[in-house]
Amino acid sequence: MTDIKVTPLGAGQDVGRSCILLSIGGKNVMLDCGMHMGYNDDRRFPDFTYVAREGRLTDRINCLIISHFHLDHCGALPYMTEMVGYDGPIYMTHPTKAICPILLEDYRKINVERKGDTNFFTSEMIKACMKKVVTVNLHQVIQVDEELEIKAYYAGHVLGAAMFQIRVGQNSVVYTGDYNMTPDRHLGAAWVDKCRPDLLITESTYATTIRDSKRCRERDFLRKVHDCVEKGGKPFDRAYIENPGPMVVFATPGMLHAGLSLQIFKRWAPSEANMVIMPGYCVAGTVGHRILNGARKIELENKQTGIMQLISHCQPRNVLLVHGEAEKMAFLKNKIQEEFGIDCFMPANGETSVIKTRHNIPLDTALNLLKRQLLPAEAENSAQGALLMKGSHMQLTEPAAAFRELGVEEHELRFTCNIQLEEEGRVADTSERIYRVLQR
Amino acid sequence: MKLVCLSDNPSKPCFILFFKGVRIMLDCGLDIKQLLHFVPLLVVPGFQVSKARSWAQGGDRRTRVPDDITQELKDCGGRLLVDGAPEFAIPETDMVELSSLDAILISSYSCMLALPYITEYTGFRGTVYLTEPTLHIGRQYMEELVKYVERNPKSAVASKWKQENIIKSLPAPLRDAINPRQWRKLYTLHDINSALSKVQLVGFSQKVDIFGSLTVTPASSGCCIGSCNWIIQSTFEKICYVAGTSTLTTHPRPMEQAPLKNADILVLSCLTQTPSSLPDPMIGEFCINAAVTVKNGGNVLVPCYASGVTFDLFECLSGHLEQCGLAGVPMYFLSPVSDSTLAYSNIFAEWLSSSKQSKVFLPECPFPHADLLAKGRLKNFSSIHSGLTTDFHTPCVLFAGHPSLRMGDIVHFIELWGGSAANTIIFTEPDFPHLDALAPFLPLAMRVCYCPIDTSLNFSQANKLIRDLRPLHLVVSETYMKPPVLEPLRNDLTIEFEPSPLTYKQGEVLSLPVKRQFETVEMESELASTLEPVEVKPGAAVSMVTASLVSRDNKYILKRLPRSVQSLKKRRSDGTVLWRKPYIFGSPSLQAIVEGLKQQGFTSLKVEENESGSIIHLMKEDSLIQVDGSSTHIICDSEDVRLRLRDVMLKCLKQL
Ligand SMILES: [Zn+2]
Repeated sequence: MTDIKVTPLGAGQDVGRSCILLSIGGKNVMLDCGMHMGYNDDRRFPDFTYVAREGRLTDRINCLIISHFHLDHCGALPYMTEMVGYDGPIYMTHPTKAICPILLEDYRKINVERKGDTNFFTSEMIKACMKKVVTVNLHQVIQVDEELEIKAYYAGHVLGAAMFQIRVGQNSVVYTGDYNMTPDRHLGAAWVDKCRPDLLITESTYATTIRDSKRCRERDFLRKVHDCVEKGGKPFDRAYIENPGPMVVFATPGMLHAGLSLQIFKRWAPSEANMVIMPGYCVAGTVGHRILNGARKIELENKQTGIMQLISHCQPRNVLLVHGEAEKMAFLKNKIQEEFGIDCFMPANGETSVIKTRHNIPLDTALNLLKRQLLPAEAENSAQGALLMKGSHMQLTEPAAAFRELGVEEHELRFTCNIQLEEEGRVADTSERIYRVLQR
Repeated sequence: MKLVCLSDNPSKPCFILFFKGVRIMLDCGLDIKQLLHFVPLLVVPGFQVSKARSWAQGGDRRTRVPDDITQELKDCGGRLLVDGAPEFAIPETDMVELSSLDAILISSYSCMLALPYITEYTGFRGTVYLTEPTLHIGRQYMEELVKYVERNPKSAVASKWKQENIIKSLPAPLRDAINPRQWRKLYTLHDINSALSKVQLVGFSQKVDIFGSLTVTPASSGCCIGSCNWIIQSTFEKICYVAGTSTLTTHPRPMEQAPLKNADILVLSCLTQTPSSLPDPMIGEFCINAAVTVKNGGNVLVPCYASGVTFDLFECLSGHLEQCGLAGVPMYFLSPVSDSTLAYSNIFAEWLSSSKQSKVFLPECPFPHADLLAKGRLKNFSSIHSGLTTDFHTPCVLFAGHPSLRMGDIVHFIELWGGSAANTIIFTEPDFPHLDALAPFLPLAMRVCYCPIDTSLNFSQANKLIRDLRPLHLVVSETYMKPPVLEPLRNDLTIEFEPSPLTYKQGEVLSLPVKRQFETVEMESELASTLEPVEVKPGAAVSMVTASLVSRDNKYILKRLPRSVQSLKKRRSDGTVLWRKPYIFGSPSLQAIVEGLKQQGFTSLKVEENESGSIIHLMKEDSLIQVDGSSTHIICDSEDVRLRLRDVMLKCLKQL
């Protein structure tokens, strides 16, 4: 019961398809439900048969939490709820709920209308799925059931992105989703209070990039675009694909794995005069990733400060890394263990990490006992009392009160001995002397 | 545990709660009603209300009020009013040392207008907790007051009339002004900014820790945007502060009941101020009266606040006018803060009812006034001087502040339209008795309608809520225990509860009947693993604990005694070891004792049984053991035998 178990169904030593199963205090919580941009087959969605080979997901999972609207965190949502079947609560912030269905619809169109995928979720399924969503406000403590509570924190990654604290009794976990520890122009830095969770589950991709150089990157970006146009080259844009003359095109998706951006790329790639600028991270397996690993490399800054900052902020007892490449994770894992002296896990997909937890035991303590033990007030006192345990309830009281509560009488053990003394003097004096000795 | 009541008006409450060494102020309401004793401020500086004239005292020369005092007073429509800078009745500040307050919890924007008086002028060093809409709309309300007052700066505060001997000889209702010597001039914009810089924002259901002793949590109260009730609790005690609450469906998020259940104490304030009228029919009546007036070519004047029910009125009235084919009739909204309050209402989606919230996802504005503004059916201005005159069409419906009719643009329009019977003024705001508000403008030809809309709990809703919440004790205003003055026979307009509620009134200190018995102490798992519990009864075990008790940040932790201390026994002052008497219990059967004795080699036994117990004779050792259920008496002269017998008994008994 006191162990925490974590099994990534996606994002285990991998980027994309974030979907992590968390077992805590007898409750199962699904963290994110993303798709993988690198695949077009079954592997694009998490393998839910791991959770319930037969029977309904709803019976196995107490709740689903979506950290933000990026598809690698919510793209499999209608698949899970409508095609696999899940009717339990789904939690996300208001902005995520507003934007998520738009992106899902976009994603559906690309797959069904452009690629002709027939076995895909429908618009109706997206709507039905969004009906199951319960919105949360930042810092609001939501009681999922009597024992399970969740709380959202600001993550600073995109609008509405949140980190979540999940708590059952004394056990607690913080799941970050994607986050950023440096403030940007319109997004602040992620914040979480010093909640000392048993486990911090953190992504290890975005958190490792530093954003304060972003403005420099933007200036750099504009300069490159400008230079390119001057040379008569053709950076990206939309309906003018076939038009003559230089132009700048901004197209989605950003990883060049499908849709318009890929279409334009194929068209223009053969000419050396053209240029592609990759503004964000690209998942392994996507065209974007391949480009980034090719000759025209664009530097992405990689520093671990974000994660380190978050760890020193919320002071977890253990860390578990997801959503990152295995090599970089291993490096980070060593660094965390060295710097903070705490355990760090990095399970692969389908692999389960078991985290042992240890907590102080809360005792209901009689106020009169406490007050007496604390007198005179000292920083450290030695206290004495009777600990009464009834089922899981524990109470610390005066011993006499504990016995009274249990209806147990003290057994009186008395002794009588005849002792002969040979002393001179009056009997009264002798008994007086004995009495004094006994009185001590 | 104590509760101090600092406000005279239960709808603008202010309390201080003493609980576990923490001092918390609950709400900080400003009783603006006292403003009705002042001469209205005209929009154009220097101008007086046309009905104001000097006070012509009649009566005996010897009892007449001296001239320097009569200069402070004006006769306005037959009522004596104070002609000076407006003043406000603030909460009692002398009962409790306010600099020692740890926190202020605010329930809604209408219960915080006295905040700067407390945070800026008492040495307050604590934190103010409220929700984001409460902060923004509360700021607008405060700034609105300041702007109204500063628009027409009256030269000085009139204070001579307040002398005890003078005030007695003034005519009613001025004679009955409550505590006028404690009234204060309004704060400034600077005070507002400084007060609100002490705020920490909270969201519904957020658990806020106060010094490790208490947790406070706001729960939606359904009364206005961002309004909340507060749950103040330790591990073992729970106090609920229920302020402005509504169980009706209007625009705010609905009220949450579950977190308020099973409290030790429930403090109730802000019940409806118009117990005998229901809001829904009043809104209907409001719409009909307004429509009839404009249909006949007259103008409608609605005194209002800059947010809250006013937005519901826009929504209902525009719909009704459309139905009546009067969609072309313009609605005007005048307030120095109208721009901000209109804009804010549409960005607080997550604080609104689910039907309003779902509009945001379409995406549409949650309130129809955004659409009305876009279509030009509703126009808002900060004052009559800011463009209204160039774009003014009659007949129209004009919403304007301030609902006290003592300041703001409304004063100008009563003067302008009051002379014609075609026009109507409709009162909806329950904070002010409308006849007193109107008094300085009498006589009036304009029609007067009174449609008070108060969505706060009425008495039957409150009684039902209390039955559902089942607090152990209820604390209410003493005014809620008897029927309203105007309806003395309506016993249904009171609060009913068993045990009979404790009542509060201004200036009183209540002892709350909560006896604290337990506190949470955490035991470290290292210590727990050393314990050896003994099962005393089936399912119940006891273990003696000796440990070191550490207290930090109002939390207690039991740790294993350091080894150096463990080996040291507790000693008396003279250095001798203090022996802890073990706790012995159990009632062994005679059979078991005899068995034990035989095992230890006592063979020559003779057992005698009687009603009270039994006696075992040890013939050879010449000793006796008397056993009866809960006690044993061993009579024996040899120390060696005595120790052996003791060990036999201890084996049969349990000890801790
Ligand atoms: Zn993301």
